[in-house]
Amino acid sequence: MRLKKSFSLLSAGLLSMGILAACSSDSSGTSSSGGSNGSGATEDTKVIKIAGQLPLSGGVSVTGESLRLGAQLKLDEEIEKFKELGYTLQFETYDDQSDPKKGVSNANIIGADESILAIVGHYNSGVAIPSSEVYDKYNLAMLTPGATATDVTDRGLKTVNRIVGRDDAQGPAAAKYAIETLGAKKIFIIQDKTAFGTGVAEAFKGAAEQLGAEILAFEGITVGEKDFNGVINQVLSKKPDLIYFGGLYSEAGIILKQAREKGITIPFMGADALDSSGLVDIAGDAVVNTFITSVAGSTASSESGLKFVEKYESTYNKKVEAFSVYGYDTMGVILNAVEQAIEENDGGLPTREQVAEKIRATKDYQGALANVTFDEKGDNVNAKIYLFKFDEPVYPGVLEGEVSF
Amino acid sequence: MKGKWTLFLQQKWSQLILFTLFIVVTSSALYFSKKSVIAFLLLLSSLLILHYMNLKNLTKWIMAAALLFILIPFASSGGPAFHSYMEVATMVGIYVSMALGLNIVVGMAGLLDLGFVAFFAVGAYSYSIFATSQASNFMPFGTYPLGGESFWMFLIIGGIVAAIAGVLIGIPVLRVKGDYLAIVTLGFGEIIRILFNNADRPVNFTGGAMGISSIAPPKIFGFELVFPNHFYFVTLVILLFTLFAVNRLEQSKLGRSWKAVRENEIAAQAMGIPLVKTKLMAFALGASFSGVMGVVFAAKQAFIDPTSFTLMESFTILVMVVLGGMGSVPGVILGAAVVTILNLQVLTELTNWVNQLTNTGIISIPQALSPSKMQKFIFGAILVAFALYRPKGLIPAKNKIFDASKLKSETPQKNSVRTD
Amino acid sequence: MFLEMVQSLPQVLIDGLTLGAVYAVVALGYTMVYGILQLINFAHGEIFMSGAFIGTALFILIMGMSWASAIPQIIVLILVLVVTACITGVLGMGIERVAYRPLRSAPRLIPLITAIGISFVLQDVVRFIAELSYGNYIVTGPSMFRDQITFKASSISSVFNDASFKTSFLIVLVIAVILMLSLDYFVNKTKWGTAMRAVALDRDTAALMSINVNKVISITFFIGSALGGATGVLFAVQYGTIDPFIGFILGMKAFIAAVLGGIGNIRGAMFGGLLLGVLEMFASSNLSLLTGGVFGAEYKDVFAFSILILVLIFKPEGLLGKPVAEKV
Repeated sequence: MRLKKSFSLLSAGLLSMGILAACSSDSSGTSSSGGSNGSGATEDTKVIKIAGQLPLSGGVSVTGESLRLGAQLKLDEEIEKFKELGYTLQFETYDDQSDPKKGVSNANIIGADESILAIVGHYNSGVAIPSSEVYDKYNLAMLTPGATATDVTDRGLKTVNRIVGRDDAQGPAAAKYAIETLGAKKIFIIQDKTAFGTGVAEAFKGAAEQLGAEILAFEGITVGEKDFNGVINQVLSKKPDLIYFGGLYSEAGIILKQAREKGITIPFMGADALDSSGLVDIAGDAVVNTFITSVAGSTASSESGLKFVEKYESTYNKKVEAFSVYGYDTMGVILNAVEQAIEENDGGLPTREQVAEKIRATKDYQGALANVTFDEKGDNVNAKIYLFKFDEPVYPGVLEGEVSF
Repeated sequence: MKGKWTLFLQQKWSQLILFTLFIVVTSSALYFSKKSVIAFLLLLSSLLILHYMNLKNLTKWIMAAALLFILIPFASSGGPAFHSYMEVATMVGIYVSMALGLNIVVGMAGLLDLGFVAFFAVGAYSYSIFATSQASNFMPFGTYPLGGESFWMFLIIGGIVAAIAGVLIGIPVLRVKGDYLAIVTLGFGEIIRILFNNADRPVNFTGGAMGISSIAPPKIFGFELVFPNHFYFVTLVILLFTLFAVNRLEQSKLGRSWKAVRENEIAAQAMGIPLVKTKLMAFALGASFSGVMGVVFAAKQAFIDPTSFTLMESFTILVMVVLGGMGSVPGVILGAAVVTILNLQVLTELTNWVNQLTNTGIISIPQALSPSKMQKFIFGAILVAFALYRPKGLIPAKNKIFDASKLKSETPQKNSVRTD
Repeated sequence: MFLEMVQSLPQVLIDGLTLGAVYAVVALGYTMVYGILQLINFAHGEIFMSGAFIGTALFILIMGMSWASAIPQIIVLILVLVVTACITGVLGMGIERVAYRPLRSAPRLIPLITAIGISFVLQDVVRFIAELSYGNYIVTGPSMFRDQITFKASSISSVFNDASFKTSFLIVLVIAVILMLSLDYFVNKTKWGTAMRAVALDRDTAALMSINVNKVISITFFIGSALGGATGVLFAVQYGTIDPFIGFILGMKAFIAAVLGGIGNIRGAMFGGLLLGVLEMFASSNLSLLTGGVFGAEYKDVFAFSILILVLIFKPEGLLGKPVAEKV
């Protein structure tokens, strides 16, 4: 009997909600541009959305957040220009949580929203690869500011581009510096068993072996652990002249600290995921004699970079991270392409294909830091690998050199 | 007045009329709006209403099938958000099937398994290894990758492999009971994930942490299935098959033995139920549902790596079962649907909404509290609240009630035959 | 190969003992609760984690005050330990009151599920408190007791290499041992300890002997959680960096330690913890040596879980426990 009653209540309630849903039709879809300009058809300006899919939560959320803010900054700058063209710009960010499953399901939601013309993201290669397959089905262009795995562009998708360097450039650059400048002969490699860590460590290993160094070990660790003394004991007993670490800054910081406490003072090398103020926070003094290769350059090296830093810090009241500027430049490339596509259409709303074509055709775009020209695979031919050294516990480190390829 | 209204509602025809009205309103709302998550959810909830209606089971099944196969895909195809609805619906289907599998182990047989996602992983990897060139690393014969046609065969193979894995894990595990069982299965789940994560050396079986990419999409009669709506139908067919199997199992001798084991192991054993065999069957059957969906998942994602099979996934499936009601098939379906939609759609949309409000400066919510990060909190709260206040879940399990007088009238006849 | 293993042995032992001491004290919490309620308190790892965060917050707070620099660090540490232990103890009691007591007569599966739920809630609450106040949930505390001590193992025998450790290692070990010994004394020699053992043995009969069962259970949770919280502080001092997710896997390992020693047995938990710590450290240092590089340190968790499975299959009562016949 109670069941019947609850049924009646339920059905009556749901029915009224259904009618409500029908009346308020699409403004109820919460994602549709928030609030007043929801029923876009009646507005006189058309909405162009750029989506961001970045790790806003999880282990690399600091980087994800800084990318988001950087991209938002560029978008805010361009909003007026697009208003004159008759378009309202919006940046819609999704959180991929560094989880491929979440990334793919967000990608389908993004792909379905036709006002989205391009994507800023992803940061993790492991998420970028499966999600880009989805974007490609929708002819939606993706421009990654940080996914460095070779497979991201090597699959030859027309829609996938990246403005930073690749792992197979980062590894060799590190190996060259380690062996030729630091004179390392015996190298101990630690990797964190993630797609990024293993990938960059493998690339380093191959290059170092070619240059004649001896690889003493290729050990794996578990992400999230706090005690790495086991691996460090191996380092102690094998006595290498250099440790190379493929992984994220949180583990790197702890390994550094525990290794230095055991009296291991040899140089420590890592890749771009160490390029975060978090590394110095965790490792403290132990960060001395650490070298990192990064795909992100130093904003201090150019005037436009410094201007960006100033603006970023005054807008958000936060310090810049290494990747903030790439969020900014990624958005810059995309908006530049969208603008060109609009022009080509004589002011009409461009299609996704047009935007994707224009992005791929980008030539000599000068952003705040990056100079962008894409090759036929979507890699930026002007991308460089930067090498930083930490002599004191201050982030960012000192720029030691840059390698273009 | 109120009495008449309830009476009116209890009648079959009046219910049908209201139900049709509801469906028409929601589906047209969905069809004509650009993107309305609420309309989509309401249309899905019509299935729940259907469950509570005074109709014959067969009619309900037919109506549900019509809704799922025809109306929902059609109504959502109106707007541009078609694929995103289909994607969510496919994920719901996958999780419902997995939750039904776990329901056999946890809900019916009473064995708390915290490493259930391992079987999902086994299924997913069994297809991905052979549908890419990965297999040529260790297979001495044959040419790989196998084409997309092999997908259909692998649905069965994935199920069987997962069932074997279930038995292999089950044999040692069944020596322990209760809480220990939970920990040991959790351990096994982690072991399997770590093995997949590390099996790229010395021989490259699984691609290790790099995962396996470019998995061949399924093919049927030369037609490639790539878009979410294709997978929606594949999932739906498998799901219906799963439902049929689960319903048959529940009423079978095996199903009743599971429940007996759950209620009291020693008494069950005394009644002549073979404990080991019964429990192993629960593990194997539960695992096989999960394995089949693993194959579908791998084909849909076209890329898998060990991060999709973490402990958190096992807990998510457990939350679905607990939320819906352990041992209750309709409950588990509801639980799985609610949790999946919450995870994939509601939390994402809510986060976007909050972000937009923050950007426009209406309110300011710190990033730390953004809804998409609250997943664990919500799951934890669901687990605690339901265990404390509604341990039987949203739709409690019902045991089939036998008419005592009818049974009595049947038994004497048999006795009389024997005494003759 | 063998020589290398022996050479690094002193260092492996020291690191293993540090980790083992942490496991051992956390394992005590599992064992006490299990002994009395036959319940695996999944949330115990989370209490440990909360302790680490509360301790770090207190350290940051105290170090921030100007007058604090005059106080010796060891006194600060003891103060923080006591305060944290009290807070986490009350937290543990609260969890028992809210999540376990109403379910004492429910099927065994149900409290296990609440325990998992509570542990998720705690993780997330700590995460957003940390993220709100610190900006990032990976928190690094102030560095303390960083002086290096070298242990001249080579002077004992030339096959060993020298080993080095920090002062914090000694502190962790000494405090852990003190905690374990005082708990052992409490349980075996005091009136409340006797009451606890009585409740563990037979709850109903104990109630008939005018023992307040609810109170005893509350006290058990208080002590177990206080120990867990205190260990959290020690962990934060030893390793410096913490995040809200350290509790779960460490809690699992501690549970394995408790099972290894014989669950419900306090001395067993201590022994199991130390043994597991040393075994794990040995595995992660030497697995790749032993297998010629085929299996590396990444398999050490597999190693730990395999120990659990093997023990449960072949000696379910643990190394120090006594076999118990099942009650019908």
